[in-house]
Amino acid sequence: MSDQSVTDIDQDERIKQTSRFRKALIRPELGSICGTILVFIFFLLVARDSGMFAADGIMNWGVVSAQFTIIAVGACLLMIAGEFDLSVGSMIGFSGIVIALLSVTWGLPMWIAILVAFAVAMSIGWLNGYLVIKTGLPSFIVTLAFLYILRGLTIFIAISTTNKTIIGGVRKAAEGDWLAPLFGGKILNGVFVWLADMGLVETFVAGNRAGQPVVEGIPMLIVWAIALIVFAHILLTRTKFGNWIFASGGDAQAARYTGVPVNRVKILMFVFTAFCATVFATCQVMEFGSAAADRGLLKEFEAIISVVIGGALLTGGYGSVIGAALGALIFGVVQQGLFFAGVESSLFRVFLGAILLLAVILNTYIRRMITGEK
Amino acid sequence: MTEPIIQMKNIEKHFGAVIALAGVSLDVVPGECHCLLGDNGAGKSTFIKTMSGVHKPTKGEIFFEGKPMNFDRPRDAIAAGIATVYQDLAMIPLMSVSRNFFMGNEPTMKIAGLSFFDHKHANDVTMEEMNKMGINLRGPDQAVGTLSGGERQTVAIARAVHFGAKILILDEPTSALGVRQTSNVLATVDKVRTKGIAVVFITHNVRHALAVGDRFTVLDRGKTLGTAKRGEITPEELQDMMAGGRELATLEGSLGGTV
Repeated sequence: MSDQSVTDIDQDERIKQTSRFRKALIRPELGSICGTILVFIFFLLVARDSGMFAADGIMNWGVVSAQFTIIAVGACLLMIAGEFDLSVGSMIGFSGIVIALLSVTWGLPMWIAILVAFAVAMSIGWLNGYLVIKTGLPSFIVTLAFLYILRGLTIFIAISTTNKTIIGGVRKAAEGDWLAPLFGGKILNGVFVWLADMGLVETFVAGNRAGQPVVEGIPMLIVWAIALIVFAHILLTRTKFGNWIFASGGDAQAARYTGVPVNRVKILMFVFTAFCATVFATCQVMEFGSAAADRGLLKEFEAIISVVIGGALLTGGYGSVIGAALGALIFGVVQQGLFFAGVESSLFRVFLGAILLLAVILNTYIRRMITGEK
Repeated sequence: MTEPIIQMKNIEKHFGAVIALAGVSLDVVPGECHCLLGDNGAGKSTFIKTMSGVHKPTKGEIFFEGKPMNFDRPRDAIAAGIATVYQDLAMIPLMSVSRNFFMGNEPTMKIAGLSFFDHKHANDVTMEEMNKMGINLRGPDQAVGTLSGGERQTVAIARAVHFGAKILILDEPTSALGVRQTSNVLATVDKVRTKGIAVVFITHNVRHALAVGDRFTVLDRGKTLGTAKRGEITPEELQDMMAGGRELATLEGSLGGTV
């Protein structure tokens, strides 16, 4: 394209200038950016002296936010592709039990247990997607079925093999394994020791860890969360496949007519959601040193709420990974912040419901602005 | 007259016991706008779907550029240069014009061995193509939802042309549009035709057909009632034919043996 024609377009008097405000408003992340700022201002005012913004306080809500982020990223891409996965929570419990069962009960090496868990979970994700595509049923129903099937199977397998619903001893089984530290380890430990020496991070004053920094290092959970955000954001906005994700969720039939492999895109997104759930499960099992059959309860809804706060439309075709990550951050900060502020924790759910409603109303309004509907 | 780019000979299509097409023949030459008219249920949609590879004809032959053609999937037809623009399924409203324009044909560039969507190229091409079609965008990132129905059709047509369509099938592009939008779409059809692309224009509006059509074929109950050239048929005659061929006897003369 020549420079001449660029100038022609720029100078066309028929093109209305859109205000920056309006342009900013129709970005999906806007609501969650405002929400994040408001939440931080609120807790800086209310809970400043509670230690919430000291190094260990930050790590506290950082880890919780990272947990939400990991499952929200998967749910975000899937929702933009036009589908839901309600089996995420059950998948977390299931993968955790698979890892603990193989490594602790059956004595297999930890890395085999982890890889098997990923393979099994992603196969179930594929099955979810395959059934949704082949039956044409709403993903809501198909994955709701798997919410119950997986949870029931998890409890059954745990009880029938070990007579318990909690399998401990994972930490011991993971000792010396090469893959386990990728989920359970911490990085940059040296940096925190150095920061403590500089007096920037507090150290324990008593006990057997006296003198060590209160924050040992960055947990791999947070590293995974950041890596997944970067990967999913680039995939969605900067690749051909990302365009297919938007197209599949925006209008599957129109996308098919232009040659987008809609079925493949949707099934792959179900697999990716299962992958994220298993990352969550593996990190959690490594952190706690045990797996429990009831882990991950209600996580599917928390993931979906994060994504919706992040500006994605429930109907698909629109949304942002950065928004979903900020939604997860709001989630984590508020949940832990209420604890720091000494507020009754049951109010967290009230907040959650209210902010969900607000986000959906805002999203619907923005959607109307984009599509010009009334 | 130049050689037809596509010839459909005695196409029959049966769906179980229902005979949707009972021997329809039609040919289209490059650079003409061939209007396919007929009332609802006449078989227009089924017919163009056999042309675009969605349906396989039960009987009959298709010659594309002189060679017998047998499309298994719509993808094959698109690859061969047969593009279809569907009335309401052309565009995705929530996506930007540029993302829509390159949907399924995304330009990529390599960075460190990985393949990325080349947004700059996509945006430049989109602005240029839209400018050619007389649509002024605020920017390539403008959502398609903010465009009017006529503009959406035009974007879809421009997209098909840009990606090398030799035959452009328009499925009732004007039936849901207002007067001004319709004239925009008809003007676009005219621009496309002058590029030497064969246009198949499906409509049940005689006035829209007469505005741009070079030849007119009327379908009724799965059969061809006849093909007429521009100037050989009056709007009233066309209208009567579409209404079910009640006046067929009196029309045969005016069709000039082209039946």
